[in-house]
Amino acid sequence: MNTQTATPEIIKEASMLKQKEMIATNYDKLTNTQESGDKVVSTYVPGNLNELIQCFDVLNNLPEINAIQNGMRKKSGGMIMEAEKMGHSEDVCTYVKADIGNMSKGSIAPNGKPMPIPDLLLLSYTGCFTFMKWFELLRDQYGCDTTMLHVPYKGDGVATSNMRDYVVKQLKEDVIPALEKTSGVKFDIDRLRENLRRSAKAEDDLVWVLESAKNTPSPIDAYFGGVFYIGPIFTAFRGSDDAIEYYKLLRSEIEERIAAGKGPVTPEGDMGEEKYRLVVEGPPNWTSFRDFWKMFYEEGAVVVSSTYTKVGGVYDYDGFRHDPDNPLESLADYCLGCYTNRNLPERVDMIEKYMDDYSADGFLINSIKSCNSFSAGQLLMMREIENRTGKPAAFVESDLVDPRYFSPSNIKNRLESYFQMIDQKRRAGGSAPRAA
Amino acid sequence: MKTVSEIIDTCQDLYDDLSFTVARRWKEAEEGRKVVGYMPVYVPRELIHAGGMLPLGILGGGESLEVIHGDAYYQSYICRIPRSTIELAITKRLDFVDGMLFPSICDVIRNLSGMWKLMFPEVYVRYFDVPQNFKDGVGGNYYAQELEELREGLEGVCGRKITDDDIRRSTAIYNENRRLVEEVYSFRAAAPWKAPSFEVYLLMRAGMVLPVEEHTQLMQDYLAAAEAEDRPMRDNCRIIVQGSFCEQPPLNLVKSIEMAGCYIVDDDYMLVTRWLMEDVPLDGDPIGNLASSFLHQSIETACKYEPDGSRKGQFLLDTVRKRAAEGVIFAAPSFCDPALLDRPMLVHKLNDNNIPNISFKYAENSGQMQPIREQAGTFADSIKLWSDA
Repeated sequence: MNTQTATPEIIKEASMLKQKEMIATNYDKLTNTQESGDKVVSTYVPGNLNELIQCFDVLNNLPEINAIQNGMRKKSGGMIMEAEKMGHSEDVCTYVKADIGNMSKGSIAPNGKPMPIPDLLLLSYTGCFTFMKWFELLRDQYGCDTTMLHVPYKGDGVATSNMRDYVVKQLKEDVIPALEKTSGVKFDIDRLRENLRRSAKAEDDLVWVLESAKNTPSPIDAYFGGVFYIGPIFTAFRGSDDAIEYYKLLRSEIEERIAAGKGPVTPEGDMGEEKYRLVVEGPPNWTSFRDFWKMFYEEGAVVVSSTYTKVGGVYDYDGFRHDPDNPLESLADYCLGCYTNRNLPERVDMIEKYMDDYSADGFLINSIKSCNSFSAGQLLMMREIENRTGKPAAFVESDLVDPRYFSPSNIKNRLESYFQMIDQKRRAGGSAPRAA
Repeated sequence: MKTVSEIIDTCQDLYDDLSFTVARRWKEAEEGRKVVGYMPVYVPRELIHAGGMLPLGILGGGESLEVIHGDAYYQSYICRIPRSTIELAITKRLDFVDGMLFPSICDVIRNLSGMWKLMFPEVYVRYFDVPQNFKDGVGGNYYAQELEELREGLEGVCGRKITDDDIRRSTAIYNENRRLVEEVYSFRAAAPWKAPSFEVYLLMRAGMVLPVEEHTQLMQDYLAAAEAEDRPMRDNCRIIVQGSFCEQPPLNLVKSIEMAGCYIVDDDYMLVTRWLMEDVPLDGDPIGNLASSFLHQSIETACKYEPDGSRKGQFLLDTVRKRAAEGVIFAAPSFCDPALLDRPMLVHKLNDNNIPNISFKYAENSGQMQPIREQAGTFADSIKLWSDA
């Protein structure tokens, strides 16, 4: 008897193919610098200065994305252990260790070719303390030129003019001169304006896509699908024509799904009946990404809004768009507004609004061992949201790219119990939100 | 003259008192007095003092506090200091504290500031950010404005203006305090058998809860008493403890290291007491002076960015040389991002310079010291047997 189960064919839509091509082209460029002579800048996703980097004709390499790629390809576990053997603590961020472990194995890109040593490390230190140390560790390994953009934390929930001025001054006095030196290209503010104009256009379509989840059924999954939708705008493509084209394509596909009354696309095709609408806080697990997603769509659970899709920029909550008329100030506002750079009360307010705006049945936290920036305080956030909305909340734990911290049976059990809890609440008519 | 044992008994009582009785009494002694708590690693206590308020160092619950409520707020993979600090607050041990400052040290303490805002809305709460850019016209301007905003916030707590002269007076008082702290550290480094590290530790911990003037006097008394006391010199090696700047080790850990044959000749416990390495100038703009001192005269530690890669770890190396240390013990709290992420780079620097080093982790409530004693003892033996010195 043949007991093998055929792996379902992954359904690829045009926007997915477009993004795949964009990523592949970027990795090909990154791994071809010896021939092309292109310069490479390494930077991070939250608070990335892609429009500015593009002004200098340099390539953008993002270590977190490399760690994610290695996580999804099941390669990160070995890299993390390699870094731990080198003396990196088991307690710290696994993105960092996957990156350092990858370096020790020759920094192989997803296309199988070695990644170049960056010409410049550009640390935009936004919303995550670990970035600063990660950056110092990379510098220790590469010994290349460095520049740093320190973005103050919005501890009181507001971006003050002092914070904005500080970021703009660093751009003018440190970051731009460093990029000029690395690239040999003189800074042209009009070129930056053009890039920002393109960003804003793509951002409009991204927000439309994210807000399409207000429909019932939701035509998208705003977490598992959402991480693909944010790909271009969070990474090397914000400010490019490719990004505009990608979001236009994606939007038209979703318009078709809404017209057809369809739910989200999953790796196994269209999702079945929508039974549960969730808001999710925290990054996903990458090493078992598809298994994790399957636990949701098999139960008819769709994520209608997620905070992780705001980590590289918040465009929906307070309507931020990159502004070509105030280019450097706009970059500062972007950096200051990234999700984990907002204080906990503001994060709770955002989630409460998402719960309401997206008619969510519940709130789920995927708490990530590696990421204190997200995780510290989440148990209080969960209580606040339960109190304010009267909707049930749940908590699962995993990690970014360390497969040792993904326990499928525990997570599946918790999710199944959670969905039962939502059913019970529904039968009981739900509980009232806390009085103001 | 007070004896060492009298002074240290007083410090031990302060250390053991998780209700902060001395600070409460200080507050009750006069109508309108206010207390402002702060967490590690650095806040400009001068500004709190200038408003006539008591700066109160909150360093978690230590080894004796049973955490019952605090664990419900944190996942297992987060360090212990925030959960024991929440425990202190929920159990009303901090109910007399009018303001709380959460310095820029890591994401956990940063997020704790937001939790405090949600849980204790009646308390003045500020996340105290500091620049990671050390240019006067960039980070300096930003920091000076942050200090102005802090001054304004503190004025709201104390209910009066905090003038430039107030700040100058307080700066002078803290300058003196820092000089005495440095004297105690230098005294210990010169004759560590006369100033055991658990005594120095308790003496500095007293500075977290006492008014600064009293703490300065206490250090003067201790120096005189320790100098007068006849204590035997042991055949210990000289080490520096690194990585303990936030969540504090249990006192037994400090004692265990010394019992294992290591004199601690420098450490990074309670860096707030010596964050600024030189006197802050008293003439001119007092806020600008505090900002400038922060940029150019502050200690190097994991929560600060080092702009020059070639100098990473140099401060530690210089301290090893200044204190004639023979090795470094990296003792970091479990799950402490700054200390644990920084450690490989510091180890690299030490190894390049043939400085012996070992690493272990602790939690503020670690109870079992035997493994640490064995590790530190083996380290001390290896230094004595095989080091070049």
